[in-house]
Amino acid sequence: MSKRRVLWVGSFYLIAIVISLLWLFPLFIAGTTAFKSMNEIVQNIYWWNLPDEFTFQYFAEAWNQGGMSRYFINSFIITVPSVLGALFLSALGGFALAKYNFKYNKLILGIFIAGNMIPFQMMMFPVFEISNVLGLYDTYLAVILFHVSFQMGFCIFFLRNFIRTIPTDLLDAARVDGSSEFRIFLQIVLPLTKPALAALGILEFTWIWNDYLWGLVLLASDNLRPITVGLVSLQGEYLSKWNIISAGSLIAAAVPLIVFLVFQRYFIQGLMMGANK
Amino acid sequence: MLIPVILYGIWVIAPIFYTIFLSFTQWDGLTAPTFIGLGNYVDLFNDPIFYTALFNNIKWLLIYVLVPLPLGLAFAMFFNRSLPGVKIFKTAIYLPLTLSFVVLSQIWTWIYQPKYGAINVTLEAIGLGNLTVAWLSNSDIVTYALVVVGCWPQTAYTMVLFLAGLQNVPTEVMEAAKVDGANRWQRFWKVILPLLKPATIIAVAVTIIQSLRMFAIVNVMTRGGPFRSSEVLANYMYVEGFKNYSMGYASALAVILFLIILLFVSVYLYQIFKTEVEY
Repeated sequence: MSKRRVLWVGSFYLIAIVISLLWLFPLFIAGTTAFKSMNEIVQNIYWWNLPDEFTFQYFAEAWNQGGMSRYFINSFIITVPSVLGALFLSALGGFALAKYNFKYNKLILGIFIAGNMIPFQMMMFPVFEISNVLGLYDTYLAVILFHVSFQMGFCIFFLRNFIRTIPTDLLDAARVDGSSEFRIFLQIVLPLTKPALAALGILEFTWIWNDYLWGLVLLASDNLRPITVGLVSLQGEYLSKWNIISAGSLIAAAVPLIVFLVFQRYFIQGLMMGANK
Repeated sequence: MLIPVILYGIWVIAPIFYTIFLSFTQWDGLTAPTFIGLGNYVDLFNDPIFYTALFNNIKWLLIYVLVPLPLGLAFAMFFNRSLPGVKIFKTAIYLPLTLSFVVLSQIWTWIYQPKYGAINVTLEAIGLGNLTVAWLSNSDIVTYALVVVGCWPQTAYTMVLFLAGLQNVPTEVMEAAKVDGANRWQRFWKVILPLLKPATIIAVAVTIIQSLRMFAIVNVMTRGGPFRSSEVLANYMYVEGFKNYSMGYASALAVILFLIILLFVSVYLYQIFKTEVEY
């Protein structure tokens, strides 16, 4: 390597490190605050002082007394079926739209894509009303049904484009062998769609887990709330107790963060594939 | 195929039309809606809070276009190299993208805290104590403070979109430009940027839509305050509908927001259509 090249690469790393540290500064603040006592926060105000002792006491308080444990479970109860439901129905729908020629095929696809671009505020009051009328208001099911339905707009579009790349000959061969259409879907299409389903699943999991509006609008009982809405009530309960709020925020962030760090490749792929409309 | 269509019809498509209908009615969410024609829209145009919210949404939009978009492009250009360890830096930049707006809001509310928050503490420490402000309770500053929070993940998002676009820039083209003696800036403006046009269009559209429908940050950090000064349309609509029980009026707000977004989305679709005709 030439001297100039060494200098150049060195300055790249230097700048990159500075940018990354500045970029993650808010997380650093949350991370250190969650280990400090209120006394320490108020008396030793400088953020660059690391916590006096390493204690999980404030995490425990947010988790137990703050009710984050309940909200945490609620978020799983809402998110997992929503993601699975949206993926399964969208794979079916995407398969139908990709591989069958029927009347209104393009129109239906167009509606799914258009619906995806509409701000969800347009659906807020009617969805609230429908859930009320169906007796679903203030149940997990109300939130799950909405998430499944709304996310289908993006998922069907995404999966339809992917399933189109599966050769039709493969499906025809199975048809000759006497497989039913549903069997073809389960045994041929679904396995071949796995990479797209993985990318989409990671993305949808993060989005639904992080949703705030619908948990707020469709649920009233505190013990049903997802973690995002729960974090806001934690803040109301522990006003200005920054160590507990920081600990609660980190608990709420933990699952999507871990999912992202483990499946980063899928997450970014999903975003990129979704963007190349 | 029928199940997705039915579900989508009930939970997404029908509500859109029902909201349009509701915007012409007076409705408290409990009794039957009464039709009042354009009444809500007339009220809207005489409502100072509506103008504050609209104006704040325009601030969100302008800053979103002026900051996260170019910054995301700059990050994408900067980190788009094959050196060992670059992946770690990219991961660091992407990180805010995985956090809920509620989490971002809580962390930043603490950072903005006037007495013990990291920003004012830092300003005091480096001798700029006269620049300290109550970031979230000063009505001239609060909206800008909120937009900064939104810019954080939005920059990461546009960076992903631009990196996706850069994957489509063939290395041969870059090499050819280098051989022809184009310098770094020329290569960027004359070669890379035109090739990034599709990615840019998507990034602009997504950024605009995000800035207009922002709800969570405002709702969690300030609830539109102090004195409604940081109100945006999406939060105003929520407050009118679920706190003041004027769902008819709130629906009119939703329709206005929808029309504004539609305006931008159609410009974007038109752009795509035009470029397809050109080539």
